[in-house]
Amino acid sequence: MNAASHFSYWATICLMVMGLFIVMARANLIKKLVGLAIFQTSIYLLYIAPGKLIGGTAPIIADGFSVYSNPLPHVLILTAIVVGIAVLALGLALVVRIREAYDSIEEDEILAAEERQP
Amino acid sequence: MMLVTVAVLTRSRNLFAVVVLSSVYSFLMATVLVALDAVDVAMTEAAVGAGVSTVLLLGALHLCRTEEAKHAQAPWLPLAMAVVTGGVLVYGTYGLPAFSDPQAPIHQHVAARYLNDGPKETGVPNVVTAVLASYRGYDTLGETIVVFTAGIGVVALLRRRRQRSEGDR
Repeated sequence: MNAASHFSYWATICLMVMGLFIVMARANLIKKLVGLAIFQTSIYLLYIAPGKLIGGTAPIIADGFSVYSNPLPHVLILTAIVVGIAVLALGLALVVRIREAYDSIEEDEILAAEERQP
Repeated sequence: MMLVTVAVLTRSRNLFAVVVLSSVYSFLMATVLVALDAVDVAMTEAAVGAGVSTVLLLGALHLCRTEEAKHAQAPWLPLAMAVVTGGVLVYGTYGLPAFSDPQAPIHQHVAARYLNDGPKETGVPNVVTAVLASYRGYDTLGETIVVFTAGIGVVALLRRRRQRSEGDR
């Protein structure tokens, strides 16, 4: 157990916490979505990094290589990326609709407008 | 470098800068993924993360305001929660195997079988493609359904708007 062996996890956690902070602290809806995307990419790193073997190569079988990185996380994350873009597209469409209904994409202004018209 | 990009992104109030920075972040992430031997994932991340999502975000910005409003109270509660979450997660990493440990459980289960028998059984040298399209074909079908549903949702949300604005005129 030394610092180098767990560095990949800690970098992932830093990104994850930053994404979480953006989602919680920022009132702007588009910025919240960007924070969500950063959170998602940190999850990609969390899955891919343990699959790497130092001295290994990408999991494409060829002569002259015997050590390959683990292909299963790659498959899972390919699916996750595509689902992530679907989530982003749907979220942005909702933001555009919210902006039309309330003329604002700031969370606090939307809540204030909601209170004014019961 | 990625951490710096994200830090600037957190501070920046101009949403256009935020979108461009998130695109830069995606490219950096793709580079890291190449270094981690995940070439297929890196290619998808560069195309989808840096390309398509930037286009989507810019499209949404075109329809919205590009400045983020300042708010009054300092975000201490979210900051504290984020730091606590990070601390708990770092504590959790002490139970995980070290980076690139060949004895880690992730390398002991089905991965070896896919790597050994995959090319023989499917005839595809790229194991990621073999698993995605052959062994887990139904998974990929389900994924397509998810994307299709999201597409229907976007069209439904944005079409009502167009009809209404035509009705206003």
